[in-house]
Amino acid sequence: MANPLKCDLCSKPATVHLTQIVNNKVHKVDLCEECAQAKGVTDPSGFSLADLLLKASLNPAPTAGAVRCEQCGFTQADFKKHGRFGCPQCYEAFRSIVDPMLDGMHKGPVHRGKVPQKALARKSLHDRLAKLELDLTEAIRTERYEDAARCRDEINQVKQAVAPKPAR
Amino acid sequence: MTIDSLIATPSELTDSSNSKTAIVLMTRIRLARNLSSNVFPGWAKPAQREEILTTCRHAVGATAPMRRGLNVSVSELTELEKQILVERHLISRELCGTKAGAGVVISRDQALSVMINEEDHLRIQVLRAGFQLKKAWNAINDLDTALEDQLDYAFSPTLGYMTACPTNLGTAMRASAMMHLPALVIANQMEKVVRAVNQLGMVVRGLFGEGSDASGSIFQISNQTTLGESEEEIIKRLGSVLASIIEHELNAREKLIEADAGKLFDKIGRAYGILQNSHVLSSTEAMNLLSLIRLGIDLNLFPEASRPVVDRLFIEAQPGHLQHTQKAEFEPGQRDLIRATRLRAEFANFTRPDYSSRTAAGPN
Repeated sequence: MANPLKCDLCSKPATVHLTQIVNNKVHKVDLCEECAQAKGVTDPSGFSLADLLLKASLNPAPTAGAVRCEQCGFTQADFKKHGRFGCPQCYEAFRSIVDPMLDGMHKGPVHRGKVPQKALARKSLHDRLAKLELDLTEAIRTERYEDAARCRDEINQVKQAVAPKPAR
Repeated sequence: MTIDSLIATPSELTDSSNSKTAIVLMTRIRLARNLSSNVFPGWAKPAQREEILTTCRHAVGATAPMRRGLNVSVSELTELEKQILVERHLISRELCGTKAGAGVVISRDQALSVMINEEDHLRIQVLRAGFQLKKAWNAINDLDTALEDQLDYAFSPTLGYMTACPTNLGTAMRASAMMHLPALVIANQMEKVVRAVNQLGMVVRGLFGEGSDASGSIFQISNQTTLGESEEEIIKRLGSVLASIIEHELNAREKLIEADAGKLFDKIGRAYGILQNSHVLSSTEAMNLLSLIRLGIDLNLFPEASRPVVDRLFIEAQPGHLQHTQKAEFEPGQRDLIRATRLRAEFANFTRPDYSSRTAAGPN
């Protein structure tokens, strides 16, 4: 090979090459001596590539411009440093990094488990309420009083549904 | 509830041992949850952390199982109290080291605990003695659903529960079992088992999680991946891996006895002797000796009635518990003396090993 492989973590020449098969997918990691030692690769017990891949997959992509989460100000460099995201919205902001990373880290790319039904239902009611209140203001401003009355009735209905139930 | 009364109350971990908990000492499941439109704890400012802590302590404390439990912020706990909670697997080492604005709520029976502002806003945990994955899942699922009444979780239809670390996305669930595998350790088969388990997408760790050693031949086996599978599927997969490890451990025990019962009984007999007579015992040595006594109970060398004593000592011989019993803090060297004294006292009246039922069948 013309170019010697570089360490996936620190870009020094890689001397440790590791292949692991998880869930029928092949994962390859190239590391320098120091990183291999630091990550416990030399000790096969309890070592897993997933944590490593998480960081390794970030390295080859110093993509155009620094991506930044609008919501919390988290940057790609922050993620590289901490290995954790700043807020739930970061997953949307850093989608181009997240998607390739998930491929291979997990069993599949899409959630198949529990869904917080109650919280989601509550959220959709709140969203609806916010929209109706906007509509109401707009209807009053443009003197469409019949629409305004309809909005007001609907708001009352939604508010009743949102109102906290008596403590269980 | 105060921490002293918590420690004095019989708990799921310290007071439920019986022959059914022989190889799988306990089952644990934890769920990571975060509040929508809020910054994750590691990136949040102190004021935001405090606000989330208050909201979550209130919401968690209002659920039925937690109402009469312990509900504290980490800053209210002494170093020793934190260590005791770690030794009981109720909080993580990470939580102890967190900045201000972290807390924990623990149910009276210590079967449920919720860490607040660890890596995620909420780390909900259930702990059950023995091999109880399904019961554990039902219990934690109920608590999680009750919390949903009051908290808006960060959730995406494709990525599932949003967590600070992408390795926890999806179900955000880690199910694990704490297993006592002395025969696999003695027969040098653990490395092979670890490799096989890794290939099945499960992880093996030491007694206190990441980076801890496996003293006392106790290992934690848990799922590695969280996205792309339902909770039930993960639990089913883990369950069958655990069942096969149990089978391997039982086979290894049979083989050890067949090959050289004398050698194995010698180890167990010596462990008994040391526990009765030693004056200096490190935590690791104590764990390893207790592990051999525990194996002796499984092999009917000691009466079944001795099991709860050994299982309780696994916890109470840990540095935090030892110092709490003495009501003072000690240097590690002094602790080893105190530990030996405690174990001598416990083993003074411990029934002697009886090899008669076994030696008859042995080759000697």
